[in-house]
Amino acid sequence: MKTQQQETTAIEKVGYGVLYLILAVIAFFQIYPLIWLVIFSLKTNAEVFNASPFALPADPKWENYATVWTQGNISLYFFNSVWITLVAVALTIILASLVTFAITRMIWKLSKLVLGLFMVGLMIPVHSTLIPLFDFFLNINLIDNPLAIVLTYTAFNLPITIMILLGFYQTLPREVEEAAVIDGSSIHRIFFQITLPMTMPVISTTAIINMIYNWNEFVFINTFISSDKYKTLTVGIQNFIGQYSTDWGAIGATLVISILPILITFLFLSNKIVEGIAAGAVKG
Amino acid sequence: MKKVLSNKFIIAMYVLPALLLILILVYIPIILTGYYGLMRWDGIGEMDFIGLKNYQVLIGDSDFWESTWHSILLAIFSALSLIGYLAISLVLAAKIKGANLLRKIYLIPMLLSSVAIAQLWLKIYHPTNGLLNSVLVRMGVDNPPAWLAEPSLVLGAIFVPIIWQYAGFYILIYYAALKNIPDSTIEAAKIDGATPLQISYLIKVPLIANVIKVTIVLAVVGSLKYFDLIFVMTGGGPNGASEVIASYMYKQAFASYNFGYGSAVGFALLLITLLATVLMQRLTKSEEVQY
Repeated sequence: MKTQQQETTAIEKVGYGVLYLILAVIAFFQIYPLIWLVIFSLKTNAEVFNASPFALPADPKWENYATVWTQGNISLYFFNSVWITLVAVALTIILASLVTFAITRMIWKLSKLVLGLFMVGLMIPVHSTLIPLFDFFLNINLIDNPLAIVLTYTAFNLPITIMILLGFYQTLPREVEEAAVIDGSSIHRIFFQITLPMTMPVISTTAIINMIYNWNEFVFINTFISSDKYKTLTVGIQNFIGQYSTDWGAIGATLVISILPILITFLFLSNKIVEGIAAGAVKG
Repeated sequence: MKKVLSNKFIIAMYVLPALLLILILVYIPIILTGYYGLMRWDGIGEMDFIGLKNYQVLIGDSDFWESTWHSILLAIFSALSLIGYLAISLVLAAKIKGANLLRKIYLIPMLLSSVAIAQLWLKIYHPTNGLLNSVLVRMGVDNPPAWLAEPSLVLGAIFVPIIWQYAGFYILIYYAALKNIPDSTIEAAKIDGATPLQISYLIKVPLIANVIKVTIVLAVVGSLKYFDLIFVMTGGGPNGASEVIASYMYKQAFASYNFGYGSAVGFALLLITLLATVLMQRLTKSEEVQY
């Protein structure tokens, strides 16, 4: 009896060992391409073409980063990515909060219909809107204007943002707001001074996923923006790599610069990001 | 109180900005894409109404159907890969130390832009200096293929970074669902003598069936709309071997200046994704499972 028990625990240990090994191998596959990217971003072309791809750079060429940052317009694209992302996120969250407040706190007949309109928006494939949107911005002279990008990002992120906010608003107790109404506070005061501060946790979740979507967006900016001065990193690196397609170090450095802000954010806010991605799972 | 909360002016002020934005930038364009499909139009000049001509051409357009077939293949692959993600999640959720850290590591590629992922994998697949072929040569393979230049290999080669990108996302969703199963249910099964494998397949998987259905819809519908990664990695080539519906639409409009025909393809994309959504929801519809 005793030996049998020992046997099963031994088998269990081996089994767990195998499972850990599989999980570790998967983790390796998820991470190694990025490590390899950092390694080749620090190499010269001679090293890339002649030495083993696994070898560490003999003399890390940090100047690859300095070169693309100053000469490759990457600093400009980076700055554009930052401000377009931030403005669109702020606009999305304020508009979505206003709508969610009106739908969950105020009394009007069409609220269900309006909510439905926003929720159906989750299913719309963005590419199907591309040609009419391009034509529309062309006609109102907003093609090659960052405003077109900010408004488009906002419009397409409203449904998912409202959906996430709605879940939070519905669980939030209304006593404080109701008391404020009875005390004669204006609706604006209630919204800005009571509701918005109370919804900060969910606002930060939606802000993070909106940030990731906007930072990584490609097809709208690629279609609506043609001037270099308005391009963001996704399109910028695409152009840059088109020009320097044989300089591995420069390409690697550009890619690392473009993904670093998201990775650093993940390092500090991984729980929030995990929560946001799970909540935003339904976005198309 | 009711009077204050039903102030029409304030409601309009709160709702209209967002509502107008989504109507003008999402709903009107989606209707217009079907309408523009009725035009002959180069994107700049006058539109020429030609009735259903574009849609008739579309039905007989073998390039369109081939790209649709590629999109469907991606959807099938994506749905099948869910089985692997589910298996990994079952292991992760079964009292594994460090599970939380592991699922975060798995998620990292999901945070990157498709453009960055595509550029990185272009380097991995590079015929002579890429990571993959370097490994193959060291393992003794004489002439490893140029993965993205072979019509028979390109779709499979593109699917690998797609798995790399989305694995962590689905594992995250399954893991969260599995962690929601009450311990008492599992304990009861253990007392009844169920093996860990039986617990996984007979108890845990049925209990998260609803989440699995949602992920099937997500994977299928998401794949049908796939664009960025393919556009950057191959542009649909070689010779259309990796063309998908969205990239075909883009090419028709913004490379060939057939904006009318491109709109018709865009409208077909809308119909196909809506059809797939309804179909997948029907196929996966069943009774709620109670804990």
